[in-house]
Amino acid sequence: MIATKIIPDFSAPVHIDQVGIEERASRFTKRSIKNESKINGLKLALNMIDLTTLEGKDTQGKVKQLCYKALHLHDTYPGLPTVAAICVYPSMVKTAKIALRDSGVKVASVATAFPSGQSTRDIKIRDTKYAVQNGADEVDMVISRGKFLEGEYNFIFDEIAAIKEACGEARLKVILETGELVTYDKVRKASDIAMYAGADFIKTSTGKISPAATMPVTLVMLEAIRDFYYKTGKKIAMKPAGGISKSKLALHYLVMLNEVLGEDWLNNEWFRFGASSLANDILMQLMKQKTGVYQSADYFSID
Amino acid sequence: MAKASKKNTIKLKFDSARKLAPAPESKAGAKIDPQYDLFINGKFEKPTSKKYFASINPATEEKLSMIAEANQADVNKAVKAARGAYDKNWKKMPPAERAKYIYRIARMVQERAREFAIIETLDGGKPIRESRDFDVPTAANHFFYYAGWADKLEYAFPNRTTSPLGVAGQIIPWNFPLLMAAWKIAPALACGNTVVLKPAENTSLTALKLAEIIQEADLPPGVVNIITGAGSTGAAIVNHPDVNKIAFTGSTDVGKIIQRAIAGTDKKATLELGGKAANIIFDDAPLDQAVEGVINGIFFNQGHVCCAGSRLYVQESVFKEVVRKLKDRLETLIVGDPMDKNTDIGAINSREQLNIINNYIKIGQKEGAEMYQSSADLPKKGFYCRPTIFTNVAQSNRIAQEEIFGPVLAIQSFRTDDEVIEKANNTPYGLSAGVWTDKGSKIFNLTTKLRAGVIWANTFNKFDPTSPFGGYKESGYGREGGLHGLNTYVNVV
Repeated sequence: MIATKIIPDFSAPVHIDQVGIEERASRFTKRSIKNESKINGLKLALNMIDLTTLEGKDTQGKVKQLCYKALHLHDTYPGLPTVAAICVYPSMVKTAKIALRDSGVKVASVATAFPSGQSTRDIKIRDTKYAVQNGADEVDMVISRGKFLEGEYNFIFDEIAAIKEACGEARLKVILETGELVTYDKVRKASDIAMYAGADFIKTSTGKISPAATMPVTLVMLEAIRDFYYKTGKKIAMKPAGGISKSKLALHYLVMLNEVLGEDWLNNEWFRFGASSLANDILMQLMKQKTGVYQSADYFSID
Repeated sequence: MAKASKKNTIKLKFDSARKLAPAPESKAGAKIDPQYDLFINGKFEKPTSKKYFASINPATEEKLSMIAEANQADVNKAVKAARGAYDKNWKKMPPAERAKYIYRIARMVQERAREFAIIETLDGGKPIRESRDFDVPTAANHFFYYAGWADKLEYAFPNRTTSPLGVAGQIIPWNFPLLMAAWKIAPALACGNTVVLKPAENTSLTALKLAEIIQEADLPPGVVNIITGAGSTGAAIVNHPDVNKIAFTGSTDVGKIIQRAIAGTDKKATLELGGKAANIIFDDAPLDQAVEGVINGIFFNQGHVCCAGSRLYVQESVFKEVVRKLKDRLETLIVGDPMDKNTDIGAINSREQLNIINNYIKIGQKEGAEMYQSSADLPKKGFYCRPTIFTNVAQSNRIAQEEIFGPVLAIQSFRTDDEVIEKANNTPYGLSAGVWTDKGSKIFNLTTKLRAGVIWANTFNKFDPTSPFGGYKESGYGREGGLHGLNTYVNVV
């Protein structure tokens, strides 16, 4: 499969100008999103959320509650979409799968020694297979950042390709952990490697490292997706994760998505928000749009 | 083969990106009087001519106000007032006192920023985002900056003695009405000169609002006089025997007329004229940021910018990729109501200018260049032009030689560094240029060889009061902004 594709030389330098990319990213935040654009945007953002719990203290009980929330975001507002997926550790996949049944909400599982990725290839493959066998629709892997920073780009490529194979039918999200790569050049390079190696999604962060997703980092990745699409004709999905907890910021991300990749990407097959508290802020804003007044946070369930 | 042909059909869709719900700025934030008189000697006076002309909103073609037309007698009055204020008051005032007045103007511009932004957009057609985020704050910054210099001239010219020139006649264009007024008035006042300023006839309103501020700031009468009118009013200022200095920003043609008119007199002059800036993208440039810079370089203020990057040179190895990225970016530009906060490209300043631009677009097509325009819908009323790029252009094309002053970009390819330096310099103009490369040494090589007053590296159209601005060749002479901007308003002994 890989032999038929032309793989670029990943050791070649990439050029991203820090000042320029940050300026461009801030320009999207100048868009003023009002009325029906706002309501449509908020509902779309809600439908793009990977509702996430990734804690050492996660239990079956907690995951069941979160799944119920995913299906009943705010029942007093009829006609709301569901979130896109629930994102959990591999050990919780089975619980989530049963709780979500045939609702259409996907189960995503982190894998590959999440979040550090400091383990052997073999263990990462088994971790992935375990998640998939338990019913995960999507796998969120982490790359070996240490190896990447050592310049071992082939290692990263092979690692992603191996996990992709282990995923079978499940869609693979590749977490770059951009907060550890630090520069935009490196983010772009890691994005290219991941896409050529078989990623279905590229994802910014684990949520365990600060900074997590930022608009400029996401912009670098969206532009990588666009260039890859023009070169190969293959669409790749994007998932910024961590740090997006307010509706306004989510709308800025959607404006950016719309102006970089266009309307074909404006759905939850091609874009996700990895977030835990964003949903309630969007619900609060939607109720404000509907009723004209803000309601207390206590009217929105916390699971 | 099937795969290759499929590749060519790949296209991103941006229709929805341009169709956001309206987000208009409210007109209620600004008060525009039905009629404006001339600001002479601290008072608003009716013109001796008794004539008024209409100022319209280019976005809707509706009349905004009636503006007084100053004739020779009015110019005489204004110059007399400026001379009186200079002799009796301003030149004798301790510099720190002068500074206080200029600071006061700066603060008042800031306080009324929203009102200025709204009027600038209504009168000139530029997007409210630009007047709000660029024109007005930068204008206030210029007053702040030069206020600081007023009592520090001995440090600007160490071991030398300076004296003001006297009365400065200042004539400004319609593309940045308030900002150009600030560029002209602030250094003149800081150096101890008095001013007779004439805004362009299409865009007098913010200068007249500035006159109101100057009145409220209690500047001694006559220190700043703002008179409105068209070319003949400007000519009367230029030819007035008691004016010591002419500062002009505008077209190269008028610049030449001014130069002829003041030849043989002892009037000093700074001329900031046309341009046809080269923006140069090398294959090792950060391409997406370069494309963004090119977009800002040519479509900022509908291309009504003397330093607009209207010629683009792209190294052949990345030519196709850059053009593709440009076309995609073009599709996401929102063209329309300048008062909408989401508008990227507003209205062309006047019907006359729109005709000039459309004529050049026709010339470009006739000359065989390949045109691409965004698919944005244009409003039915008002003066609008789609953002336009031309490929398949040579140095010999008129669209690559002449200043269009609109949202029209001429793109050429190049092979080597020497070639692009030669082509970039192959123009009678020399106001600005842009260089896009990740390689520092290449930047320095180009900036030393390009004959242009301002050269940006990996950015474009960046302005700061501390940075001098001005041209080579037919783009004029003299510098405005920064320490250099003081030079042109003092005699140095």
